[in-house]
Amino acid sequence: MLELENVSCGYAGGFALDGISLGIKPGELVGIVGPNGSGKTTLLRAASRSLRPRSGTVRIHGEDIWHQRPALLARTLAVVSQTADIVPMTVAEYVLLGRIPHYGHFQFLETHADWDIARRAMEMTECLPFKDHLMTAISGGERQLALIARALAQEPKLLLLDEPTSYLDIAHQVRLLDLIRRLNRELTLTVVMVMHDLNAASEYCERLVLMSHGQVRAVGEPDEVMDYQVLEEVYETVLVVGRNSISGRPCVFPVSEDVQKRRQSRHAASK
Amino acid sequence: MKTHTRWGLVLLIQVVVLGAIAALGICLGSTRVPLRAVLAAMGGHASEIDQSIILGIRIPRVALAFAVGGGLSLAGVLLQGMFRNPLVEPFTLGISGGAALGLCACVAFGVGSGLGALAFPAAGFVGAMATAVLVYGLGTRRGMLNIRDVVLVGVMVSFVCSSLVMLVMALARAEDLYGIVFWTMGSLEEPRRGLLAVALGVSVVALAAAYRLAVPLNALALGEDGAAHLGIDVERTKRLLFVLSALLTGVCVSVAGIIGFVGLVVPHVARLLVGRDHRILLVSAFLCGAGFLMLCDLVARTIVAPLELPIGVVTGIAGGTLFVYMLHRRQSPEGRL
Repeated sequence: MLELENVSCGYAGGFALDGISLGIKPGELVGIVGPNGSGKTTLLRAASRSLRPRSGTVRIHGEDIWHQRPALLARTLAVVSQTADIVPMTVAEYVLLGRIPHYGHFQFLETHADWDIARRAMEMTECLPFKDHLMTAISGGERQLALIARALAQEPKLLLLDEPTSYLDIAHQVRLLDLIRRLNRELTLTVVMVMHDLNAASEYCERLVLMSHGQVRAVGEPDEVMDYQVLEEVYETVLVVGRNSISGRPCVFPVSEDVQKRRQSRHAASK
Repeated sequence: MKTHTRWGLVLLIQVVVLGAIAALGICLGSTRVPLRAVLAAMGGHASEIDQSIILGIRIPRVALAFAVGGGLSLAGVLLQGMFRNPLVEPFTLGISGGAALGLCACVAFGVGSGLGALAFPAAGFVGAMATAVLVYGLGTRRGMLNIRDVVLVGVMVSFVCSSLVMLVMALARAEDLYGIVFWTMGSLEEPRRGLLAVALGVSVVALAAAYRLAVPLNALALGEDGAAHLGIDVERTKRLLFVLSALLTGVCVSVAGIIGFVGLVVPHVARLLVGRDHRILLVSAFLCGAGFLMLCDLVARTIVAPLELPIGVVTGIAGGTLFVYMLHRRQSPEGRL
């Protein structure tokens, strides 16, 4: 579905991605995790044609994304990013923008079919109740849903999300991630999402990609990647890896400096 | 679907209002002409005086207001959509400054005086295009047009141009000064047939060309990355938008002088009327601009008749107050501006 082969990307002075190779299979739900500045978002930008790699190739369906017509690519690949500008248009108008890649060459107005697809996208994401509200006047959770509805209106095969749960409380996080997993299963939509929250990533993703200093440090199921030695090395902090007692998925807890010190002194005393 | 019906209705109303304004513009003036005489003149059987007033003076003048008002307003919508900045207008990019400088060079140093009556518009157009190319070049890095740089460079080029214009004016002879000042205030008086045809042709063709960019402009509301993710070729779109609006502004300014405010305010008024979807906004703003300038011109030549006010004065006062009024009356802070 999505292949990155030896991709290096850089901003002025230095590499943000350093020779990354990665393959995503159709129907997968993959989480990209890693510390700030490890290259997660850059990876997503490279995969979505927002950033041209200095070397290496990014392929979707076996074809270099830089050799595809942008409109055709946008019918396969949809992106939900946190940097998109929000303007005062209604949710329905916003979702309809997702039909643009499907417009014909001299088509200016959307058809009934476009409306139906946009409506279905809003139905799946539960946006219909607020479809006539302005994008600037809805809550953060509703806005995320609208962003995903717009992406679905593109009828993509591959959905890339950049930190879809940031700014959401835990209940809204669960609601959103449940939705994403449902879409992943019901539409056989391949999903790759950048996530800050290791626990949420472990709970929902089949496979995790752990990034560190512009390279892939570990790839695999949450059980393999969420190893405390690996995580402590990558995040450079003391961590405890436990297990969610209901789902059985690994989860991670931070340890504060005070506790670490107290523990060390107790160790010393007992010796 | 409901939206499309509403758009059709809005356009119909606008066309009717525009027609009414045009009729008023042709009939009213220092001498009144009844509508019947206008129709007769167009059919070629009115009295000789009526014929020459209507066909020779009024209709060209109204037509020029239509072309220039529509053109400037369209350029404003295109630029505001491209820059996603409501304060950008055709003159922010230094294009009018360049036109003024070109004209000054023509008046004060006699550059291109061999062209006769066409010297002024030609000099204005060359100046406008030269600054447009300069701003475009300085705003481009590694083949990409950098939106923020373009605005900053445009504003700076504007300042440099107006300073140079003042320098030329300070050095110019008193009789040349009048020509410069008069031109910078803008005028729709007695357009030459050829220039009128050029202005009309360019603005109508530009409207059609711009309409091809209506969908990309809508996508650009999501930012450059957002538009690219919807399959829009962003760099190509920006280039086309820049060229189109520079050409429109250049032509309007060189034919009618510097008529401020139309390109800044009318797009906002149109947006308040029809929303921010460019598929209706482009046409609507064009019609609003055309109507607004026809109306302003009518006021300019009737309010202190037989004297005439400079058209730039009327557009500035009328546009500014109208806009503040509409902004103030707008209820919701989330408004669609």
